[in-house]
Amino acid sequence: MIERSRIFDIVTYAVMIFGMVIVVAPFWITIVAGSQSLQEVSRVPIVLWPSSHLWDNLLEAWTRADLGPKLLNSMIMAVGVTVAKISLASISAFAIVFFNFRGRMICFWLIFATLMLPLEVRIVPTYSIAANALMPFQVILDTLGITGLVETLSGLRIDMEWNLLNSYPGLILPLVATATGTFLYRQFFMTIPDELVEASKMDGSGPLRFFWDVLLPLSRTNMVALATILFVSTWNQYLWPLLITTDRKSFGTVVMQLKSLIPALNGTQDWNVTMAGALIIMLPPLLVVALMQRWFVRGLISSDK
Amino acid sequence: MTTITFKSVKKRYKKNPVVHGVDAQIESGEFVVILGPSGCGKSTLLRMIAGLEEISDGEILIGDTVVNKLEPRERGCAMVFQNYALYPHMSVRKNIGYALKVAGMPKPEREARVLKVAQSVSLEGYLDRLPGELSGGQRQRVAMARAMVREPKVFLFDEPFSNLDAKLRVAMRSEVRRLHRDLGVTSVFVTHDQTEAMTLADRLIIMNGGRVEQIGRPSDVYHNPASRFVADFIGSPAMNLIEGEFDAKGVFNHGKGGQLRAEGGMALAGRKVALGIRPEAIRRAGAGSNGAIAAVVDYVEELGASRLIYADASGSRLIVVDTGTGPLPGGTKLHFTFAEQDVHLFAEDGRRIETHASAARMAAHAEQPINA
Repeated sequence: MIERSRIFDIVTYAVMIFGMVIVVAPFWITIVAGSQSLQEVSRVPIVLWPSSHLWDNLLEAWTRADLGPKLLNSMIMAVGVTVAKISLASISAFAIVFFNFRGRMICFWLIFATLMLPLEVRIVPTYSIAANALMPFQVILDTLGITGLVETLSGLRIDMEWNLLNSYPGLILPLVATATGTFLYRQFFMTIPDELVEASKMDGSGPLRFFWDVLLPLSRTNMVALATILFVSTWNQYLWPLLITTDRKSFGTVVMQLKSLIPALNGTQDWNVTMAGALIIMLPPLLVVALMQRWFVRGLISSDK
Repeated sequence: MTTITFKSVKKRYKKNPVVHGVDAQIESGEFVVILGPSGCGKSTLLRMIAGLEEISDGEILIGDTVVNKLEPRERGCAMVFQNYALYPHMSVRKNIGYALKVAGMPKPEREARVLKVAQSVSLEGYLDRLPGELSGGQRQRVAMARAMVREPKVFLFDEPFSNLDAKLRVAMRSEVRRLHRDLGVTSVFVTHDQTEAMTLADRLIIMNGGRVEQIGRPSDVYHNPASRFVADFIGSPAMNLIEGEFDAKGVFNHGKGGQLRAEGGMALAGRKVALGIRPEAIRRAGAGSNGAIAAVVDYVEELGASRLIYADASGSRLIVVDTGTGPLPGGTKLHFTFAEQDVHLFAEDGRRIETHASAARMAAHAEQPINA
């Protein structure tokens, strides 16, 4: 679109500025409120100019919500989920695109169908599996009568249990299966020319070697884009960590802690501390997006081959 | 050194046959070109040698080993692909050395081999570039270096020059010839370009519709096409093929009352045949010469060194290579003549009919030892 006229320019700028205000305003309010004292933040009408108490508020939020260990928890969970999701997505897309096995399309559509089942929908069964990750196997053994057989033969009762509640695997594993990532990788892998696959066959490299030496390096930009999205969305997870951690002290995440910073109905209305805490909590995802932005955009439009 | 043997090799996709049983033998150190129109199964045949395509029926032997069930890497073949198929994220050095790396060759030895091969295709100045930063010809040379570096028993080329411009194609052609002369490795080259095929091949395998039409040296194929298809396919401009019938006196009747005399016609009386003469075997003749064909000029294509006369001989199209000069406007009446031994006859099923002429040509171009 090459349209250059003064009026058009003005309209364009107006639309852009309007959009920017909508996006930036909440951040601005957070920063402003986070830097004010209790008196300032309670003033009506609200003042939209920062004050000088930012550092005090940050320190207060940090200690009150115990953000140090919680940030570490969040980081472990977000990085763990991101890495695991990407590994799983790339390897399953690899299987679907490059191997011609029976039921390959069924596998793909099954994975694809899970796009329609977000965590919220399957949270009850997911929780019960997290409570004992080996339960499905136990059920299989029980129904097949193997448990009973082994018990009569050896007197030992097979009773498998792997409790994921209050643990890092519990925070990470149930979030790992990802249809979006698999789909993204599938689309990328389908653009790889057949000749490249054949050339690597002629060069004597096996499938995994090809995956590692050729596909993964080629999908670097995709990977970064996916990692950015996944990191941010995992960092922002609220429902699942809330459900799986009863031991908030050791396994709580920062997003859960934000709730504890919101003033109680009858307590001191110190929203300045809440906002300061929010600033700390949203800093890591912001940094990730800022640092990855260049790659991120390239990965999503993805055609620098 | 390595021979390649095909024993009634067939290929089906689902129920759909594409190669209908190929029997052939490629000698050790020979440069064989598989030539045919697109969709004739030539690439499929090549890919079956490489192991990229399963063999539905029959056997392929490399040396004395049946390779039907072997993985590509176990067959000792290297392949040059049509679109180069270089790894876009690896430098030229890594691209060339990748096969050696996979094979587990230690780095110093690998580097030395890569350098040596790169020098042989004059790429030593480009080793640290990415394929994206190279021109088409350079990429093609990287692809060849990558094939050479493994010192394979067999080279396979799958229409490697079809993405290059005409000039580069000629240059790469001589490069491939030189490499083959230096290395002496058994090579199979697939193309649909007959010039490429004629100039490169020790022997040609001409395929059509999944069948082998003829196997032979370029000159044999040119002078003694085994079938009407080969006659038509090899040679540019294509051979003139005139449909007609011999009468009891051995006169060939064609088109709307056209007549000409050809040797051996008496024996073929009453059979529908196609009579073929190469455009370059036809001469202009004075009016009333013995055995001359009368034809009317349609148009003339000027080629520089010579010109092509497109003429109409009683309803049959005739193309003649003419070295004469002077204007030839459409509608000019000309007479043409040709030697008896240049006549090719093809039966209705497309096979060659043996005559004294064909026997004489066969004798003249008798098979000499390959690589002589």
